[in-house]
Amino acid sequence: MNAGSKNASGADLAPEVLRVQGLTVSVRTETGDRSLVEDLSFTLRRGETLAIAGESGSGKSITALAIMGLLPPPAVRVTAGSIHLGDSDLTRLPEAQLRSLRGSRIAMIFQEPMTSLNPVLSIGTQLTESIRAHTSVSRTEARTMALAALQAVRLSQPEQRLNQYPHELSGGMRQRVMIAMALALRPEVLIADEPTTALDVTVQREVLDLLRDLQREFGTAIILITHDMGVVAEMADRVIAMKTGRAEEEGSTAQIFAQPKMPYTQDLLAAVPRMGKGKPRAETGTDTIARLQDVVVRFPLKGGLLGRATAQVHAVEHVSFEIRRGETFALVGESGCGKSTIAKAMVGLVPHQGTIEIAGQSLASLDTAGRKALRRRIQIVFQDPMAALNPRMTVGQLIAEPLLIHGLCTAAEQRARAADLMQRVGLTTDQLDRYPHEFSGGQRQRICIARALALQPDLIIADESVSALDVSVQARVLELLQILQREFGIAFLFISHDMAVVENISDRVAVMFLGQIVETGSRAQIFGNPQHPYTRRLIEAVPVPDPTCIRTASPRLSGEVASPVHPFGKGPKRLVLVDIGSGHLVAASP
Amino acid sequence: MTSAIGVDAARPKGALARLLQRKLAVFGLILIAVVLAGAVFAPLLASFPPDMQNFDGLTIQGAPMPPGGAYPMGTDLLGRDLFSRILYGARTSLIIGVVANGLALLIGTLVGITAGYFRGWIGAVLMRFTDLMMAFPALLLAICLAAIFSPSLWIVALVIALVSWVQTARVIYTETTSLAERDFIAAERTLGAGTGRILFRHILPHLIPTIIVWGTLGISTTVLLEATLSFLGVGVQPPTPSWGNIIFENQTYFQSAPWLVFIPGAAIILLALAFNLVGDALRDVLDPTQRGRA
Repeated sequence: MNAGSKNASGADLAPEVLRVQGLTVSVRTETGDRSLVEDLSFTLRRGETLAIAGESGSGKSITALAIMGLLPPPAVRVTAGSIHLGDSDLTRLPEAQLRSLRGSRIAMIFQEPMTSLNPVLSIGTQLTESIRAHTSVSRTEARTMALAALQAVRLSQPEQRLNQYPHELSGGMRQRVMIAMALALRPEVLIADEPTTALDVTVQREVLDLLRDLQREFGTAIILITHDMGVVAEMADRVIAMKTGRAEEEGSTAQIFAQPKMPYTQDLLAAVPRMGKGKPRAETGTDTIARLQDVVVRFPLKGGLLGRATAQVHAVEHVSFEIRRGETFALVGESGCGKSTIAKAMVGLVPHQGTIEIAGQSLASLDTAGRKALRRRIQIVFQDPMAALNPRMTVGQLIAEPLLIHGLCTAAEQRARAADLMQRVGLTTDQLDRYPHEFSGGQRQRICIARALALQPDLIIADESVSALDVSVQARVLELLQILQREFGIAFLFISHDMAVVENISDRVAVMFLGQIVETGSRAQIFGNPQHPYTRRLIEAVPVPDPTCIRTASPRLSGEVASPVHPFGKGPKRLVLVDIGSGHLVAASP
Repeated sequence: MTSAIGVDAARPKGALARLLQRKLAVFGLILIAVVLAGAVFAPLLASFPPDMQNFDGLTIQGAPMPPGGAYPMGTDLLGRDLFSRILYGARTSLIIGVVANGLALLIGTLVGITAGYFRGWIGAVLMRFTDLMMAFPALLLAICLAAIFSPSLWIVALVIALVSWVQTARVIYTETTSLAERDFIAAERTLGAGTGRILFRHILPHLIPTIIVWGTLGISTTVLLEATLSFLGVGVQPPTPSWGNIIFENQTYFQSAPWLVFIPGAAIILLALAFNLVGDALRDVLDPTQRGRA
């Protein structure tokens, strides 16, 4: 996305590398063929980035697989149209020739770098193998090329990395290795299928910057498949918005963002959480519903001959905060910072040290019956609704389950309550006898919310509850949460890595890093006047869904991530929080 | 990618009704019914008492008679009618296959689910005991047990159950440990559900496919284990027939009178197949996510 390629006339001059015409992909079902992608056409020029944006199920990944010739046989296949890479039509090539094209002229990187790398082969072996599969170079030459590729993706200590295995690298480094592999042979086309969705925001930032730099260097044409309009705005020259297998709208990025023509594109853009768009929120009560004081959670790591604990994961270190009745308290941080562990400790799923008080009662002091009674005050909604719902129970049974466990009302009343709750969360009562797999992701999350509401709790913990959802669905679920909060006066502990969402819905925010809170305060304090460097980095890393926004280059980090694992008897330095005015606490900078 | 394909139109009500929609399951049920009927009505169906040695049941040379004439399945080396012995043998084999195997499944499931859910020292003790049982030769153990108790059909069933629960326990243990880590179990705990409810209402239903597979596999192995015990003299005592001991009694005549081994062998295979077909269908029928798929 340099100045030249963003300029429309400059892009026109570049030669065409990929042309897709009338592409239709169908899946064979019992009831006949059903099309997954219908009549899709586009061209891709050298050095250009084309974003295919859309919600899950819109056919964007199927398009990518069709171009790679990797559609799952035999049910899914191309039924019409052509895909021209240079002069050859990929839909007509035999598998052997396709195989020689893959990796050399056209490459792909996937969402989850851990599963796309073979865990039992070293990085070097995997890189040299993919190089030697396409070129007749010697092993040493291939190794030299592999080293060059790792240097190109700016991995620190590339020589050592060649001998390392995937599990020794962090998520961001693994994705860099995937990019190195994909670009080692300088393909003309790189397909990136949600390349940063599984990564933390700050890592996402680095990977996107890297992709852009490499594109400028090698002139690779990129097809970027994503649901994140922020990423689209930052990376793409042109955008295709896809819905249920069809291209709804196509145009230059600037044009799509400035004047989207189709309602679908407008909705897609409107649903994107933006910084600074949060509505002012009503005053909340002052009485405390949950109080955490010096909470510590550590997990022993077993090792050695006798399986004794030799080190500890310091997941949560001396965390203290309060949640007031009716407010939304957000806990933000990147994966592994301990935010979910706090949630689990609060509902008693992991043991903790320190004090956790819910409605004035300390968790540690309660007996079994007391703990069961406390469940009625605090509920949790997990990230993945499909995993959190027992697939063998109907939705009606699932929602009534808490009522049944606590013996709250008769079977008929339970069903009536379940029906009522279904309506509250925007589902219909005739869906009560269906099973979770018959619902969409957003609907399933609504079911989880309904189940959490059944006991009329004072506090609901939402642990990344909207992260797995499409943006438009996410927006509607967030709206539902706010309506329910107003109606029932529920407090939310909102755990998220997404600063934009947090900015939109929270009253107070705590930022966590490696098990400790580095900054906490009201929303205005955190977002208006971020003091800790980590908070600033998180806020700056959020992709801005506005192509006209010019981003100042952020300093690149050298890759190593600090670890929360410490040998016994040692631990991280405890941060001291300093009040810099009206409850805005900041850790003293190291 | 997978949008729910509408299946509302064809959703039969009960599990039995759905089971009966599957041809293979119905075939399996019929086979089981035939064996059951044969076992129950053996006195009416059999043309001879199972232990009667017929004078004309052997050739002049003293060899068993091939199938045909008065003996539809031929006779064995003592001139006993094989058809009658197969019918009476079905009683023994069904009891062993269903009772012994069922008991083994029950023990295995209980041990596996308890060890898998609680882990810790309970799990360690239970699983080390299971490993010990696995390492100990099952046959030797069965012989010891059978020698201690005086052999009768029910004791034999119990002995077989006591040696064959270990594999089930191992598999159920592994599955339970992974199920217990799933989010919906965590969700259930945060709702305040008790241990019993989680184990039997939320974990057990997910183990049904495994239990069914091990149960159907176990039918043939337990029937054959009983035969081995009979052969060694600690199983069902002769002259009471069982499919297994018919094979063992006659295996030396395999060359000259193959039907004596083939017929009871085929009976065991058919019984195992029948349970397998029904079990397979039952597994699908009980899984709501499979509903609507033929």
